[in-house]
Amino acid sequence: MKGLKRMKKSFLFISCDEAQHICDKAQYGEASSWERFKLNIRLAYCHITKSYSVKNTKLTESLEKADVKCLKAEERKKIENQFKEELAKQQQNN
Amino acid sequence: MPKHQIDPNNWVKLYSDYLFNYTITRVNDREVAQDLISETFLAGLKSMANFKGEASERTWLISILKRKIIDYYRKINSNKGKAEVRMGYINSEEDGGDWLEERVADPFDKTAEDSMVNSELGDAIYDCLDKLPEKQADVFKMKTILGYDTETICNELDITASNLWVIIHRARTALADCMEENWF
Repeated sequence: MKGLKRMKKSFLFISCDEAQHICDKAQYGEASSWERFKLNIRLAYCHITKSYSVKNTKLTESLEKADVKCLKAEERKKIENQFKEELAKQQQNN
Repeated sequence: MPKHQIDPNNWVKLYSDYLFNYTITRVNDREVAQDLISETFLAGLKSMANFKGEASERTWLISILKRKIIDYYRKINSNKGKAEVRMGYINSEEDGGDWLEERVADPFDKTAEDSMVNSELGDAIYDCLDKLPEKQADVFKMKTILGYDTETICNELDITASNLWVIIHRARTALADCMEENWF
C-alpha cells in the first residue's frame, strides 16, 4: 500500500529539473498534455519552477514580438565563400 | 592604441546573423538582405584602412550597411520605380467601392513606434545572443529562430535529443537573465 502511494506520488509529482525541462519543451509546443498537467501541479507549489516559467514565457513573448531573423546555414555558407574569395584576393595583393 | 582591432577573418561568423536581422527588418526580402550583407563585408574589406578602432567592428560594419540600405532604396526609387508605384492604386478608379475604407488607417496595424521598439528589442536579443557560447547560440537559433524540428537539428549537429534540450535550457536561462538585466 505504501509502495503504491509512493509510485502515485512520483507519477504525479515531478522534480524541479523535470518541470523546467517540460517548461522549455512547452515554449516550442512540444510538451504533451500529460506533461503540461504535471508541470501545472508543480507550478502550484514550487516558487523556483514558477519563477523559471515566468522568465521563460517572457523570453518567448519577446522573441515573438521582435520577430528576430537569422541566416540559414546554406545562406551563411554562400556569403562566407564569396567573402573568403575576396579576402584571399586581397591578401594576395598585399 | 585603438580600443578595437579589426579582423575580417571572423566577420561572417560573428556578425552575419546580426547584420541579417538588421537588414531583413528594413528591406523585407531575404535575397536582397543577403546581397546587401555581402556588399557590406566587401566594402568593409576595401576600406579597412579607414577603421580607426574607436567603435567596435560591429558598429563600423553597421554604419557601412546603413549606407548600402539607403543606396538600395535610392536605386529602387528611381523614375521607373515611382511610375510602378503610381500605377498601383490611384489609377484603379474602375475598382470603385471600397477605396475609402481601404485608405482609413488600421488601428491594429503596426505603427512606426512599434516597429522601432521591436527593432530595438531585436538588437537587445542579439546582444545577449552574442554572449552565449557558439554552440549554444547555434542550437538556439536553429530551434527558436529558424524553427527547425528537434530531429533535424540533432542530425545536422550530431547530438542526441536530450543533449539538445540541455543546450536549449542553458541558452534560455542565460538569455532570460541577460534580457532581465538589459531590457525588461
